[in-house]
Amino acid sequence: MTDDRPEMPADEIPVEIRHNVFLTTVAKFVDPVYNWGRRWSMWPVMFGLACCAIEMICTVASRNDAARFGVEIMRASPRQADLMIVAGTVTEKMLPQVLRIYNQIAEPKYVLAMGNCAISGGPFAGSYSVVHGIDLYLPVDVYVPGCPPRPEALLQGVMQLQEKIKRQSILDVPWYNFGGEVDRTVALDKRRR
Amino acid sequence: MNAAQMFDQLEAHFGDAILETAEEKLPVVRVEAARLPDVAAYLKDSPGLDFDLFVSVTAVDYEDRFEVVYLLRSLKEGHTLVLKVQPDREDPVVPSLVSLWEGARLQEREVYDFFGICFADHPNLKRLFLWAEFPGYPLRKDFQYTASIPYSEPPGQEQAYNL
Repeated sequence: MTDDRPEMPADEIPVEIRHNVFLTTVAKFVDPVYNWGRRWSMWPVMFGLACCAIEMICTVASRNDAARFGVEIMRASPRQADLMIVAGTVTEKMLPQVLRIYNQIAEPKYVLAMGNCAISGGPFAGSYSVVHGIDLYLPVDVYVPGCPPRPEALLQGVMQLQEKIKRQSILDVPWYNFGGEVDRTVALDKRRR
Repeated sequence: MNAAQMFDQLEAHFGDAILETAEEKLPVVRVEAARLPDVAAYLKDSPGLDFDLFVSVTAVDYEDRFEVVYLLRSLKEGHTLVLKVQPDREDPVVPSLVSLWEGARLQEREVYDFFGICFADHPNLKRLFLWAEFPGYPLRKDFQYTASIPYSEPPGQEQAYNL
């Protein structure tokens, strides 16, 4: 949130109502409500790649009940989702499909890399067939290490993401193009590092 | 039928084509690669042997030679046999067994995919898991790589990423 914007000079307001006027920016006013709504309704794409997916299923099932934190329903369509949990080993052959799902999610969208494989390749780092971390191609917001992480760890990761969203401003996030139009689609030939 | 009886019957019928027999955890028979279809057909069709189930085919790279390992089982008799052939290391070709057991179709393709062992007369011998442009055969001991090998799409079938 930027505070160096010119504000309305206070002396233009009549003295008798000056103490009843709340001077702020639209962003300061909108952000808390907007982020509150956003972070308590993070719907993930229903999409698992390896054994981490089992823990992810366990997380949304009754014992751990991720619905308590707004990670409510696994959406079977990326069009209806806000969050992509990359749960498992991303092989080179699976990568085009993963990128395609990410591109299909409507913005705002967030990525959570679950498990060592999605973070760095994990036990398969150095293999001929496994991508060495999904952050080579996707902008990852939260990393949840573990092999696989327990459901509690995934819930902690979701809560960290909610903390992150809480601090965001609609002026700073990329998807409203306040900082200029940027092509944010991901593709095989657009490596991030 | 026990292992010794199996070995005797095979050796009586094929003679020198049976290169090696051993009774380990399972009875093992190593045969000449050229005679493999005959031996396999005999194992499948002769009464008393009746190997009607093709369990698996896999391969081993011993650096100086390949070894293709077939696991056969008879549901009727309840016995199992390991059949081995050793193709040439430089130009490995083994006769396909698809005409005998349909179950060999995908598994021979998998062995071809990872070891580059060609199965002569296989009806559809192409890569199974890896893509057509993949360089080399990754389960060979001399397969060299420094990083993961990027997927490349077949020409004319590029995916639209931004749908």
